[in-house]
Amino acid sequence: MNLPIYLDNNATTPMDPRVLEAMLPYFNAKFGNAASRNHAFGWAAEEGVDYAREQVAQLIGANEKEIIFTSGATESDNLAIKGVFEMYKDKGNHIITCVTEHKAVLDACKHVEKLGGSVTYLPVKSDGLIDLTELEAAVTEKTILIAIMYGNNEIGVIQPVKEISAIAHKHGALFMTDATQAVGKIPVDVNADGIDLMAFSGHKMYGPKGVGALYVRRKNPRVKVTAQIDGGGHERGMRSGTLNVPGIVGLGKAAELCRLEMNEEAIRLSALRDKLQASLTVLEESYVNGNVEHRLPHVANISFKYVEGEGLMMAMKDLAVSSGSACTSASLEPSYVLKSLGLSDDLAHSSIRYGLGRFTTEEEVDYAIEQTKKAVNHLRDLSPLWEMFKEGIDLDTVEWAEH
Amino acid sequence: MAYSDKVIDHYTNPRNVGTLDKSQNSVGTGLVGAPECGDVMRLQIQVDSNNVITDAKFKTFGCGSAIASSSLATEWLKGKSIDDAMKIDNMDIVEELALPPVKIHCSVLAEDAIKAAINDYRVKNGLEAFEVAKSHH
Ligand SMILES: Cc1ncc(COP(=O)(O)O)c(C=O)c1O
Ligand code: FES
Repeated sequence: MNLPIYLDNNATTPMDPRVLEAMLPYFNAKFGNAASRNHAFGWAAEEGVDYAREQVAQLIGANEKEIIFTSGATESDNLAIKGVFEMYKDKGNHIITCVTEHKAVLDACKHVEKLGGSVTYLPVKSDGLIDLTELEAAVTEKTILIAIMYGNNEIGVIQPVKEISAIAHKHGALFMTDATQAVGKIPVDVNADGIDLMAFSGHKMYGPKGVGALYVRRKNPRVKVTAQIDGGGHERGMRSGTLNVPGIVGLGKAAELCRLEMNEEAIRLSALRDKLQASLTVLEESYVNGNVEHRLPHVANISFKYVEGEGLMMAMKDLAVSSGSACTSASLEPSYVLKSLGLSDDLAHSSIRYGLGRFTTEEEVDYAIEQTKKAVNHLRDLSPLWEMFKEGIDLDTVEWAEH
Repeated sequence: MAYSDKVIDHYTNPRNVGTLDKSQNSVGTGLVGAPECGDVMRLQIQVDSNNVITDAKFKTFGCGSAIASSSLATEWLKGKSIDDAMKIDNMDIVEELALPPVKIHCSVLAEDAIKAAINDYRVKNGLEAFEVAKSHH
């Protein structure tokens, strides 16, 4: 077992060696520009891109013509939201999204508001899921798009996408989903799920960084987005720029591996995750954040009350995890996702996200359990709040010298 | 962000963790910060009849830098007179621990805790609290 142990697979995943192998020829031997139609170098690159497009389409049950390659999920989210708004703004200017979305979605929505759009940010319930009745009530005649993520990056909860898309379509709106955390981890099928646009990214599914895709439906209905990057008209005019051939080939290979292996991988990882969670919630005053039934198989977000997340991460120096603590963020605000579940600030500060992945072993999980327990106990020995809790003092009645 | 060796040292082997009997008149307690802010520091001093701090203890809920700052503060406090203890400035802590700018507020908290503990001791013993310049947050 090598230290430190990587348990931050929601932030990024290591690349699968098989992906690297598939990419390598496209850095040198097959270096051509996929848009060069007149010579063998171009054809070789184009062939790689075409094949990757099929691999990606297959993973999500799409047609390869519906895949637009981008630089990652951030760009895909931007293209989907701004592109739909620009394309359909004569039909209506209203978009519905939710407060736990990734910043790429939230900030693209903010941008649309500046352009005259109107955006509803739905709250979530304490388990992190949106309320479908509230969603339907928010729809107006002007609603052109409902953008709700598939799986959440901090707590892993899976939104009821089938029901959401049904509501969107019933009211003539499009359904877009940021599926960056879900694609390649759980079965995602654009037709079964009723998805019109979907963003995802290579580096969250054991592929390379800097490459992703936007799925754009071509039939029932035919969806169009206004390009956000102008130029040579690549990707059916929706995304100009010379294609990142090695990256795209890598995304394709990553998609194929996920398609073939994700079912077994999900079973293995959810067993390990459940073991981790069960062992850690044995600790007093520890709480799992988010719905545990509708959740990605490889994630557990746990708050250890009365210890602070960054301090905890420092004590677990051999574990690479992440925390919703404010002390880890430049803004000094704890995670907005956790806060939107109604979590008090102190619980949000006390949270750790464990993200398991393809290369996580049981031995590593066992080690993580031991390290976490030791660290939590060490920090509770140092924590004035823990001492007060143990003395039976209600912390809500203490007058804090807030600063 | 990497931590300095001194922060790691104080964090892994914190000095003077513990609790003094706050009901005693010779003990001053400072409790600063708030759970919502992600940092709470409790610093206690034991003062003898010559106004010298003979013991200091802390407990901190916060990041590694906050824990290190309070641990360092207790080390510095021991053996100091109340007057000298009042002169401890948060920037001394920043320098000693090589804290980066985003962690300066952790040292401010330690300075606040020192002053709060001293004033608690003074008030308990019928003395007037020292003026503490507020507002660094
Ligand atoms: C849900 C979600 N959307 C979007 C992104 C951004 O993806 P990328 O890094 O590919 O731009 C991430 C990754 O941080 C994510 O988790
Ligand atoms: S206590 Fe929050 S950054 Fe130090």
